[in-house]
Amino acid sequence: MPKTLAEKVYDAHVVRSADGEPDLLYIDLHLVHEVTSPQAFDGLRAAGRTVRRPELTMATEDHNVPTLDVLRPIADPVSRAQVEALRRNAAEFGIRLAPMGDRDQGIVHVIGPQLGLTQPGLTIVCGDSHTSTHGAFGALAFGIGTSEVEHVLATQTLPQSRPRHMAVTVEGELPEGVSAKDVILAVIARIGTNGAAGHVIEYRGSAIRALSMEARMTICNMSIEAGARAGVIAPDETTLAYLRGRPHAPQGADWDAAVEYWATLHTDEGAVFDTEVVIDAAELAPFVTWGTNPGQGLPITGRVPDPADLADDNERRAAEQALAYMGLTPGTPLREIEVDTVFLGSCTNGRIEDLRVAAELLRGKRIDPDTRMLVVPGSIGVKAQAEAEGLDRVFTEAGAEWRGAGCSMCLGMNPDQLQPGERSASTSNRNFQGRQGKGGRTHLVSPSVAAATALTGRLTAPADLQSADLTSAGV
Amino acid sequence: MQPFTTHTGTAAPLRRSAVDTDQIIPAEYLKRITRTGFEDGLFVAWRTNEPDFVLNQPRYADASILVAGPDFGTGSSREHACWALLDGGFRVVISSRFADIFRNNSTKSGLLTVVLPQADVEALWQALEAEPVTPVTVDLQARTVSHGDTTVPFEVDEYTRWRLLEGLDDVGLTERHLDDVEAYESRRPAWLPRALPVPSA
Repeated sequence: MPKTLAEKVYDAHVVRSADGEPDLLYIDLHLVHEVTSPQAFDGLRAAGRTVRRPELTMATEDHNVPTLDVLRPIADPVSRAQVEALRRNAAEFGIRLAPMGDRDQGIVHVIGPQLGLTQPGLTIVCGDSHTSTHGAFGALAFGIGTSEVEHVLATQTLPQSRPRHMAVTVEGELPEGVSAKDVILAVIARIGTNGAAGHVIEYRGSAIRALSMEARMTICNMSIEAGARAGVIAPDETTLAYLRGRPHAPQGADWDAAVEYWATLHTDEGAVFDTEVVIDAAELAPFVTWGTNPGQGLPITGRVPDPADLADDNERRAAEQALAYMGLTPGTPLREIEVDTVFLGSCTNGRIEDLRVAAELLRGKRIDPDTRMLVVPGSIGVKAQAEAEGLDRVFTEAGAEWRGAGCSMCLGMNPDQLQPGERSASTSNRNFQGRQGKGGRTHLVSPSVAAATALTGRLTAPADLQSADLTSAGV
Repeated sequence: MQPFTTHTGTAAPLRRSAVDTDQIIPAEYLKRITRTGFEDGLFVAWRTNEPDFVLNQPRYADASILVAGPDFGTGSSREHACWALLDGGFRVVISSRFADIFRNNSTKSGLLTVVLPQADVEALWQALEAEPVTPVTVDLQARTVSHGDTTVPFEVDEYTRWRLLEGLDDVGLTERHLDDVEAYESRRPAWLPRALPVPSA
């Protein structure tokens, strides 16, 4: 019976299966952060339980960590208490923790791949919906709630029901200036913010195979914004090249055994997907969101839509509510929307490649004087790499702020927040109301659109910059 | 987990679709390390900024059933969203479609999520807007939602229903199968990654 990639990984982890009950799945890697874990550890203590497999668990501090003064204690006492709770719990239960200042610290979905802990064919969970990121390696990776965090800590397993399977096939070559972020924003706009509910999405096709691991992670990361349970991409030479030599990647004979297994991790010919979506890469353009969920996006050449054009009652009401919150008028060209803040970072776009793309556009230029730009590397490792390449200088010389590593303004649990009414172009993953700060207005964009926008102070595609340069040069 | 058998109460019509977990409870309210006390964050932005928001209306102040638009609970995996609803006095959320993680979390925390066709949701909205004190009964034994003369069935898988009726905790259930877990572990290849010991730099 031909199987999809996700089915193969699922089937390889079934510990127990019984009629009328969910399957019990083994979990290979459990990532933990400070926000969704304290009540789980309390649950273990209350029941007198231990962590079954501490060595399959990795914790870090990311959501609450400030990006300034990172070597001092956290100023906000509530944030500090949450981080300290994780430190106590990790020590008590024997779990490895990468705390603030540690060379391995960073956003949980950046450090897993960076350390080589994220590998093809694994089941990976974390009390965080963007765990789908790790699917870029051909792992079955999904976000869970705190009760499930406790369950995995106690048993290293999770009850699960079989997912349905969706293929998103992107064929062809992406046009210049179109990135993985634009691909996934276009996918979400097509299928809707919960359009992949119940499904694991497998991204396939020549455009996906041509992507780097960083770009694949960007795509899988936002699977949850389409409501998917997970996103996967079959491992290939690109995956192996990324993994080889990383601290936790297998070595020697183990590497060979692993590679042999990983070679089986692809969807079989004839396997059936429950749902199929096909996208022509050549038709994609830089995407930006105009509304308050990630499905409300359009090519940057478009205009703010008119809710009156929407036939469905719920969609029309949602668009009206979104435009009222965003302070936008139907018909306004998206490229005329002025922004106050540009945020480059997050588990979606806080990796070295994202920083390189943005730095290349900013090199030797100055950002718009009325626009603030925050650059937050996804991890200490990414920060060190960027500094070794001199990218920090490029950003600071352009007038941007070079910060410490963490989740930062993606969700504003640290001091990096938008003020009420402030508008951002953000490389993060959610434009929900108030996500980046009370009353803040978010437009989701790619790293190159973020950099171009910082230069002009309004939503701008990289291609627009070139034509502006030509104009100012009198050509 | 508190068992759920049947619940009768008044209901609030929340005519919004894709209500994300950042609206149910914003991130700044997730810093608490206890499992209760999250009611202060429940829909706090809408409560603060929108005088007409349904839960600001005195006639819906005592509602214990929330009837929401499609795609309720999208976004983050925060179980705090379920805790905030429970702490805010809700026992049931009705919608035509839920986000997966939210629904899954609800079954672990004792909040009943009921899927009804959008037409039934519309009918409920109209009934509640015409007569806010309409008592609504959600019966998990019978798998029905009733209000006035109307009774509509809903589907819930048998296993989840049993767990909710009994108020059972998953960890205890899984611990009955630890021999299966051990057998599985004995078959795992040795090269699979471990976070410990920490490799030397």
